[in-house]
Amino acid sequence: MNLLAKDRRYRIAIGAIVIGIAVAAPWFVGAYTLTLLARFVALAILALGITLIWGQGGVLSLGQGVFFGLGGYALALHLKLAGLRPGALPDFMTWSGVSALPGFWEPFRSPIVAVLGVFLIPGLFAAAFSWLVFRRRVGGVYFALITQALALAFSTLLISQQAYTGGFNGLTDFSVLFGINITSNAFGAKLYYGTLGCTLLAYFGLRRLLASRFGTVLRATRDGENRVRFLGYDPTPYKVFAFTVAAALAGISGALFTLAAGVISPALTGVVPSIEMVLWTAVGGRASLWGAIAGALLVNFAKDQISSALPSLWLYALGLLFILVVSFLPNGIAGLFTQEPAADSDGVSTRVLQRFIGGHDHSSGPMKCIIIHDSVRLDGHGLRESAVKPRSDAP
Amino acid sequence: MSEAAFLLGQVFNGLSVASLFVLAALGLALSFGLMRVINMAHGEMLMLGGYLAYLTLRAIPGPVGIIAAMPIAFVGAGIVGALLEWTVIRRLSARPLDTLLATWGISLILQQAARNLFGAVGVQVVAPAWLNHTISVTAGPLAGLNLPAVRIFIMLIACVVLGGIALILTKTRLGLYVRAVHQDRPIAAAMGIDTPRIDCLVFALGAGIAGIAGVALALLGPVTPTVGQSYIVPAFLVVILGGLGSLTGAAVASLVVGMITAVAQIFVNVSVAQVLLLLFVILFIQVRPQGIIAIRSRALED
Repeated sequence: MNLLAKDRRYRIAIGAIVIGIAVAAPWFVGAYTLTLLARFVALAILALGITLIWGQGGVLSLGQGVFFGLGGYALALHLKLAGLRPGALPDFMTWSGVSALPGFWEPFRSPIVAVLGVFLIPGLFAAAFSWLVFRRRVGGVYFALITQALALAFSTLLISQQAYTGGFNGLTDFSVLFGINITSNAFGAKLYYGTLGCTLLAYFGLRRLLASRFGTVLRATRDGENRVRFLGYDPTPYKVFAFTVAAALAGISGALFTLAAGVISPALTGVVPSIEMVLWTAVGGRASLWGAIAGALLVNFAKDQISSALPSLWLYALGLLFILVVSFLPNGIAGLFTQEPAADSDGVSTRVLQRFIGGHDHSSGPMKCIIIHDSVRLDGHGLRESAVKPRSDAP
Repeated sequence: MSEAAFLLGQVFNGLSVASLFVLAALGLALSFGLMRVINMAHGEMLMLGGYLAYLTLRAIPGPVGIIAAMPIAFVGAGIVGALLEWTVIRRLSARPLDTLLATWGISLILQQAARNLFGAVGVQVVAPAWLNHTISVTAGPLAGLNLPAVRIFIMLIACVVLGGIALILTKTRLGLYVRAVHQDRPIAAAMGIDTPRIDCLVFALGAGIAGIAGVALALLGPVTPTVGQSYIVPAFLVVILGGLGSLTGAAVASLVVGMITAVAQIFVNVSVAQVLLLLFVILFIQVRPQGIIAIRSRALED
């Protein structure tokens, strides 16, 4: 107990130091590095979402770029319109011979619609999409492949609808948001703090979420979905909710990134960037929230350094990183600091399930079911949810 | 051009697209059925086949070059596939999602290697004269129908390969072993079947078929480092539609995907056709999440 308390104090101290450094950063880095930092901190929000669905939920999505793009474009549509003279059209539309603003652009004249759209559009889309897939118990590899097809369809659609979306070049050249000039250095610092605030909010929010009963059921679903079903839970809403939250975070990340980078384009939302996003979390440690932030920052700084010096080397490095991390460091950087057993995203680990049943035995599946049978009541429709609360003697 | 000729032409297009999907998806479906892993570098086996066809045709110009390219591409891609299975996939096969990521890494490396070796623009394989013509119907009710010989050739290849694999699976000892491992791995192992060897062989076989598909692709357009990528995502969807590693399922699903792509392209452009295809897959799994051909089993998880 003493040791645990000490450990906890260390962690709080390290966390406070890291936050302190992050807050002080604008005083000792240049304007360029600061925008770079703002971009990467924005991407960390997306990585936190991947931790939620993949590390904790066991659902691998290769389509997070879609939600990132939806958030980014939602804000970019508004930014594009806000910078125009009344009655004028965005420049690329004029070039493509479009004479009137397309209907789906209209609502984004309002900044409030745009800001709400940043997380509501990806969130609602993700909820509908994942519910359709998960309710038929399609998951695992299938889900990963379907999300990849989604990423491909989304980015090719964006590119092909040049006249309405800006095509391959995307949307850029933003100047005002809420009447504030967003090109100045002063705004850069404000944006950095705003992004940092969002990241911390997402971090502490997810910490609470994962510590709740929801988090326990989610982890149990990851480790043995059918066993969770036997316990009377329907895993579908848990997975759908996790996926929705992750998508909303990706949308927020996309919007903040768009502000910091000044551009959103299909090149940031397609198949390759989507799978790169998974790598950030894999490097940091898939199940760890701070690992996701560290991974996103580390991989992106490395990418920035390597790809500006030797562009072709970056793809080799990226490929190698995938193979090495997955093969030899499945728990990423965070795994080096904890003694927890391997977070095996596919295999069935019984650690979490034991919390449910307070089990002290190490027998395999069927035996456990018998134990559960003894301790809960049946109500004719399977196990009652209230009947499977963790026992008080659970660790 | 008559209505009937136009429709028949689209059906023909659908069939020829489908035969490419069959060749691309067969290996994926075989190894997915056996090991439950998806090789994200499978598209690069297509690319490898394409480049091997290019090199073969440079070494052996003339009419037989393309025929010689096929066994070369088959063996070349097969060897790379076996190496891949032996070095990376075997270690990870207990974690299918991680295998996905690791093989994606391999795919990136292979693409970049091709870019450094052959350039990003791509190389051209010229179809020999005996393939370089079009069968045109000029009279009768089907006037205006054009059937390029290359596409007929590709359909023939797909039929031969599909038939060959079916024969191997049903008539040979290797096929018996493969079916045994597919049905019940532990029992097959207990009967003395060397299951890791079967895994490796099937994986190599699948990669080899993708190599042949690469030769076919090379006849249709330039071979670029990312040539496999445009075929691989539909091939993944074929595996999902087909059902757990079923050969018949993969063939039927390829036809479905090929036809949807061809028919959708009559009405909308390629990118919208892609969206429609994805929509179809999502709607299809609402009705039949287990795929077209499902293997009955009492196992809870597979």
